[in-house]
Parts: sequence; structure tokens; C-alpha cells
Amino acid sequence: MNSPRTTIQRKLVLAIMMTSTTVLVLTGAVLVAREAVSLRSLIHTELSTRAGILAANSTAALAFRNPEDARQVLAALRTDPSVVAAALYDDRNSLFATYPDGAAPPLVPRAPGTPGSVSDKEHLAVYQRVVEGGNRLGLLYIKTDLRELEQGVRDHALVVLCAVLGSIGVAFALSTWLQRGIAGPVRALAEAARNVSERKDYSIRAETKSDDELGVLAGAFNTMLAEIQERDAALRASEGSLRQLNAGLEQRVAVRTAELETSNRELEAFSYSVSHDLRAPLRAIDGFSKALLEDCGEALGETGARHLDRVRTAARQMGLLIDDLLNLARLSRTEMRRGPVDLAAVGKEIADTLTQAQPERQVSFVVPPRLTAEGDSQLLRVVLDNLLRNAWKFTSKKPAARIELGQTGTNGKTVFFVADDGAGFDMAHADLLFAPFQRLHRQSDFEGTGVGLATVQRIIHRHGGRLWAEGAVGTGATFYFTLWENGS
Amino acid sequence: MKNKVILIAEDNANDEELTLRALRKNNISNEIVVVRDGQEALDYLFGTGSHSDRDLTHRPQVMLLDINLPKVNGLEVLKRVRADERTRTMPVVILTSSAEERDRLAAYSNFANSYIQKPVNFDQFTDAVRDLGLYWLVLNEPPPRPRSAATS
Repeated sequence: MNSPRTTIQRKLVLAIMMTSTTVLVLTGAVLVAREAVSLRSLIHTELSTRAGILAANSTAALAFRNPEDARQVLAALRTDPSVVAAALYDDRNSLFATYPDGAAPPLVPRAPGTPGSVSDKEHLAVYQRVVEGGNRLGLLYIKTDLRELEQGVRDHALVVLCAVLGSIGVAFALSTWLQRGIAGPVRALAEAARNVSERKDYSIRAETKSDDELGVLAGAFNTMLAEIQERDAALRASEGSLRQLNAGLEQRVAVRTAELETSNRELEAFSYSVSHDLRAPLRAIDGFSKALLEDCGEALGETGARHLDRVRTAARQMGLLIDDLLNLARLSRTEMRRGPVDLAAVGKEIADTLTQAQPERQVSFVVPPRLTAEGDSQLLRVVLDNLLRNAWKFTSKKPAARIELGQTGTNGKTVFFVADDGAGFDMAHADLLFAPFQRLHRQSDFEGTGVGLATVQRIIHRHGGRLWAEGAVGTGATFYFTLWENGS
Repeated sequence: MKNKVILIAEDNANDEELTLRALRKNNISNEIVVVRDGQEALDYLFGTGSHSDRDLTHRPQVMLLDINLPKVNGLEVLKRVRADERTRTMPVVILTSSAEERDRLAAYSNFANSYIQKPVNFDQFTDAVRDLGLYWLVLNEPPPRPRSAATS
């Protein structure tokens, strides 16, 4: 690829040279042509004049039929080397005398043509009447060589050519010198632009010496560069501050992550010590109460034994609470493993376990053959376990109960549900259902810690779903849940 | 039945007494040795420290091992028991309050024979101790006595 600087220079010189050369050549050609035409006409006039004079001189020789005289008259032509041939014809149109002496056809025509001039490429010939006192005596023929003309035109053309070539040379020198005024600034501008684009150095400026359009262009270019430089600086500054901000953010994230990890570890340690250290005293309370009942039952009496039973019940209840709380805490920590889960199969297993534990109860479980869901199989098992156990528990006062696990679709979304026809609840308290330790039933009616539904809700939330319930006192309750409401 | 010793590693006095009571209530009359920290458990098993004069040919029939033990942690005790030729095959039952996954995993990874969480409910605890005694002392055939222990 040519560098732009070469191209603009060449283009300018080429344009000037094309223009001037064309003009010079055309002018030269016109000059040469005009010269040729005027030379030819000059020769013609000269020949005609000479023919007139010779014709006048030949009248006597023709009138007196003296060929010798005629030859002498014609011999005068010797002084002009351009005359090739001449001839005199008598009034009967036969050759009377020739020049040079003794010239015969085809140098001279055998018979004369009509008066006037005849020319071919190399020769010009004139027929002139020889007249004396109104009598036609004969015809004069003079043929002249046009080589002189040719030579003259050639000389002239040579001169013109030299002038044209000289002019072209001068034009070339001039154009080469003059183009600098245009190509120079353009080249400087291109150079500046190339430096800017190669080095990304926006502090470069183009020269603005001239006050023409190029000067305006360079000025605009410089203004643009100044603007870019300013923006570049601003961009760099904001980039820097952004980087700083990022670094700060990263550091903060790292600090927060470390804090979170610490608190997670602390929570884990706390859970661990709760599970281990809180249970031991409870076991002692329950165990020694039992020992007291067994060893000193009689001394305690009926009231004392009842009190001790209360102590034991409370201790066990607290043990269950601790277990449930630990499970709830564990749910938030365990990693989710996502996969397909058949909720129907899981539900059937749980139903079988419940039925086996209390075979005397009359409960019909309604479960579809398949109920496909996506999620952590262990966590979803905990969900169904809690919901089905709840249903089992709150239908315990009915002689024959019905518990259904299934799905309904609303707006194309799958909603799973667990429905029972048990004790139900008052919708006015529905918002309390899922809060930890909140219970809608008395402990004496239905046992429980109030953690189960809070656990279910936490799992459903981790699965990107919602959990809600509908019910009425005495007619039963239905718990609905969805999974992955926002896609994944 | 005299040589069927039960070794209990338990630092909580209440749990110790409740365990003993549960064993007694279930008519398990074997000799019961209680050690109160991990170091003592190792001393007893390998005849070192306060148990340097013990006859090592009498190996416990089963060891009930708590995890949270002073001095040497229960899991560390288990590791050393499994690392030693003399006690490698001895049945070890982890009996602890914790049901944490990592404890269970650590116990089984170190070849505990069984893992039982002590229930809060004493009735259940008594049942668990009864089943445990019945299984490990009566039903279960103990491993043959190691030759190195017999000859030492």
C-alpha cells in the first residue's frame, strides 16, 4: 500500500501535468497545422505567379512556333530547385517544349489537363493558359515538389515540439513546487492522524500554518484531538476510580465473606454444643425423675408422682424442641443437590411409616401414581414428612380420615398440595402458621413444637417456591406449595 | 461372664450413673469399667499410666465411647484403638448426645462398629442400653482374641 503522502503528491502533479500537457499539445498541433496550411497556400500563390510570368514570356515562342525559345524560357526555372518539371503545349494540345530539356512522359503529362492546379501528396502542379491578345496560344504546365513545404512544416513542428517539451518541463517543475503548498499540510495532517492512531497519544497537534481550507481542517482536527484528549483523561480518571472502587468492593466482599464464614462456623459450633450440651442435662432431669419415681415412688405419693411426670414431660418436650431447632438450622447450611424427585413415591413411603406406627387408625391416603418435581430429594422428603405428619396429627380425632397429596395447575404453573379433613384452622391466624414456635392448637389437643411448618417454609424458599395454606376450623386444611417460580 | 467386661468412656457423671442404672435395670451384670477421659481410656486399654499393672489379656467385650471427652477426644481414642494391633478388632460403640453428620461420618470413617445417639427420654435411653447390651454381650460373637495380646 502506498503511503498517503505519495499518493496526494502524485495526484496533484499528475493532474497539473495532464492539464498543461493536453493544452500545450493541442496548441502545438494547431500551430503546426496552421503553418502547414499557410505554407501550402504561399507555395500555390508563388507557383501561380511564376506560371503567369512564364506564360507571358512564352507567348512569342508559341506564336512563332520557336521551340528553342520556348526551351530557353523554361530553362529559367533552373534557379528554383523545387520545380520538378515544366512543359508547354501548343494550341493543338501537343507537347511543344519541356523542362528539363528532353523530359518525356510520365515526368510531364502527354496531354494537358484543364487550367487550374492539381496536387497530390508530394507534388503541386499548375496549368496556365498562354494567351496573346485574346487568342489562346497554348498551355503551360509547371510541377513543383512539395518537399520544401514538408521540410518547412517539419522544421516548424520541431520548434513547436521543443517549445511544448520545454513548457512541460517548466510545468512539471512548477507543479512539483506548487503542490507542496497543498500536499505539505495534508501530509502533516495525515502524519499527525497516523501518530495519534498508532500511539494513542492525544497530545499530538497538527500544524496550522495556512489559513485556507486545509488550515481550517487542521484546526478542526486539533480541536477534535483536544476534545478526545479531555475525554480520554476523564475516562482514565473514572477507570481508575472504578478500579479503586472495585478493589474496595472486593476487599469488602472478602471481609464480609470472612465474617460470614466465621459466623457460620460459630453457628455450627453453637448448634453442636446445643445438641450436645443442652441435651445432657435434660436427659439427667428425665432420667433422675424416673429414678425418683422408681426408687421413692411410695414416699412421693400420688401428687408427687404426678408432679414428676410433669417434669419429665417438660424435659422431653424441650428435647424435641432442641432437635427441631437443630434440624431447622441444619437446613440452611446443607448444600442443595438438585434432581428429579417423584413426590408420590416419597409420599407413599411416609404414609406407610405413619400407618405402621398407628395401624389402629382409619386413614385413607390418596396419592397419584406419579408426581414429578425438581429439587433436593432429601429436603423435599422433609417437606412431605412434615406436611403429611401434620395432616396425620390433625386428623387423629376423626374416626375415618382422608389425606390427599396431589397437584393442581393454575396459570400453567404446577402447585402441589397436601389436604386433610381434620381439625383445620381459622384463616384469621393463617399468617402465624409458618412462624417458628407459633402454634394454633393447644399442646393438650395436638402435640408439637411449632417448628415443622417453619422448616417446610424454609425449604420451599430455598427451592424458589411459595408455601401457603387454606382451611377452616373443623373441615380440614390444605397446604399448597410451588417450586422454582422464576424458572431456575 | 466374668471376662466380659464393658468399658464405658464417659465424663458426665449423670450420664454415667444413668447408663449404669439402665444396665442394672436390664439385668446386665457384667463387670463395668468406667473411665472419665480419653487419656484414661487409652491407659486402660494399653496398660499405661494409672492402669500400668492391668492384665491386658482381659480385653473389654465392648467399649461404649462418648465423643466429647476431656484430654483426648473420643474420635482420637477410636483412631488409636484401631491403629493398635491389640485393640483393632475390639467392638466400639459410639454413644453420644450428638447426631451431627460430621460426627457420624468421622466415627464410621474410623471404623466404629455402631453409633447411637443418647435419647433425652430416659425410657428410650433405657431401651437403647438394653438392646445394646443384649446385642453386644449376648447376640454378637466377639472377634477372636488377638495373638499379640495373648502372648504379651
